[in-house]
Amino acid sequence: MTRDMQEMLRPGVGATTFCAGCGHGILLHAVLRAVAGLGLDERRMLYVSGIGCAAWIPSPHFDADTLHTLHGRAIAYAVGAKVANPKLEVVVISGDGDLSSIGGNHLIHAARRGHDLTVICANNEIYGMTGGQTASTTPLGMVTATAPQGNPYRPFDLTSLVMSAGATYAARWPVTRPSRLIDSIAKAIGVAGMGFVEAISPCPTQFGRRNRIPEPARLYEHVERLCVDRETASRMTSKELEGRFVVGEWTRG
Amino acid sequence: MGNVAAAEGALAAGCRFYAGYPITPSSEIMEHMAARLPGAGGAFIQMEDEIASISAAIGASWAGRKSMTATSGPGLSLMMEGLGYAAWTETPVVVVDVQRAGPCTGQATHVGSGDVMQLRYGSHGDYHPIALAPWSVQEMHDLTVQAFNLAERYRVPTFLLADEAVGHLRETAVLDPHPAVVDRAKRPGAPPFGTDDPAGVPPMPSFGEGERLLVTGSTHDEWGFRRVDHPQVHARLVERINRKITDHRDDIVQVDGHMLEDADVAVVAYGFTARSALAAVRALRAEGVRAGLLRLVTIWPFADEEVRRLAGQVGHIVVPEMNRGQVADLVELHAHRTVHRLGQTDGRIIAPDAIRDRVMEAMA
Repeated sequence: MTRDMQEMLRPGVGATTFCAGCGHGILLHAVLRAVAGLGLDERRMLYVSGIGCAAWIPSPHFDADTLHTLHGRAIAYAVGAKVANPKLEVVVISGDGDLSSIGGNHLIHAARRGHDLTVICANNEIYGMTGGQTASTTPLGMVTATAPQGNPYRPFDLTSLVMSAGATYAARWPVTRPSRLIDSIAKAIGVAGMGFVEAISPCPTQFGRRNRIPEPARLYEHVERLCVDRETASRMTSKELEGRFVVGEWTRG
Repeated sequence: MGNVAAAEGALAAGCRFYAGYPITPSSEIMEHMAARLPGAGGAFIQMEDEIASISAAIGASWAGRKSMTATSGPGLSLMMEGLGYAAWTETPVVVVDVQRAGPCTGQATHVGSGDVMQLRYGSHGDYHPIALAPWSVQEMHDLTVQAFNLAERYRVPTFLLADEAVGHLRETAVLDPHPAVVDRAKRPGAPPFGTDDPAGVPPMPSFGEGERLLVTGSTHDEWGFRRVDHPQVHARLVERINRKITDHRDDIVQVDGHMLEDADVAVVAYGFTARSALAAVRALRAEGVRAGLLRLVTIWPFADEEVRRLAGQVGHIVVPEMNRGQVADLVELHAHRTVHRLGQTDGRIIAPDAIRDRVMEAMA
């Protein structure tokens, strides 16, 4: 972490609580780089999060207003704060389970209404904090604490979901591509309406160990290998795309 | 209409944010706020459900606006997690509960009063909300103003415990557009979640004021830092958010006595039922029975001392209510005696004659 980033962290907050190899530290840094790059006044920033590992990215680390809410409800709290004071730059940072499982209704309705919010979803494909249970983003066949024989259900495609619900901008990148992530977070903050960024952020502790990729470096390589850009994906069948991450940006024409 | 008066009371108290979800028999409040707030410099939003409504109201309160929502039983059930969050984070927010006949979907257009205990204990853990029970269109307005003032003074979720009958009541009322209004205390740089006084209410900054707030539903210290392994911090916070209400009960609790000075028998009632109770007391007086009415204006914190004093004064206590004895249980607890109950759960108001007859039975 460089000195200018260090100044964006709350005084007195030391090391993060994230496990070794967790992708959330990279995402934390990417958010701060994007905000710094835009030159936004930290006094106008409000970071809202729900419950789960990713909800601890802004709270307590960011030296700005932070609202650590209830499981699934971050977007609903953020909507209230933004509507009450439109001058606030409101950025929601939370996990895939929080935003798209228990909080899925708030996600699609906020996108539909077009609130000027940024939503950053740290997708680790599993419930990390509670011990590795299945999420609505867990890929088909993956082993979790509640799917020991493999997850029998398809995951959400979150960027398609929010774009069809009315988001202005969506992007998906793995944390192994931090420059793209920073660029997309800055764009998501800049657009009017909902800007959505899905960061594929591997969880070696809960996801990797259960699925025989416990070493962080190997898990990151594995995630990279699963990424396929939009143009390549457009020439692939849905069967070929199963289990892959289509990465890139989506904008409303 | 009572519901419209509540909306006007909110505006007079300085409410400038409403988030809600339609539900009978409370929707007129939401519709009136939708029409009035934009012109009053406020913001209105219809959310996707009641969970989102209370969440948005809490978010807006931290963004600096006096905020409210209104609902009825089924919506109140959904709001419980948010109400616990508001209590724990000491967020002022006003919730109007226009009660209908439950449980469950029950009878949406008919009256009930089964939410008394849910208001007090509905969210998990120990906390202490405030609840006021209006009996007239006038009080739908005036007690809504008071609810905002109490919410702001004590940084606590505050309920207007209305019912369908009073919410849809139409009668003359005089609405003061400029009542006495309390605003949350501000002290820049002061810790937003702690004071040295175990019953103290800390000042409340807003987002965007440069305070770099840490607001969390986890156990937190006076600056908002999560302290999820610290027994003293947890115990101290639980104690303070309860004691800031119970230690100030004399400032909060209101009752309204009618013909109690020489009464042999007292009716204890609240909400619309108190209107029937007053009519019954008058009829009994005309028959030569020395009856009186103790009307509970504040439901939470409960008027324990007032009930204890009443029990020392009268021979019999009758408690009519549109549930199976939620307040009668409390009256018995604090009166240290058995009371005569009249719990009616048919979705209809309790008629004055039924209360009059129950009093005569009690005295026989």
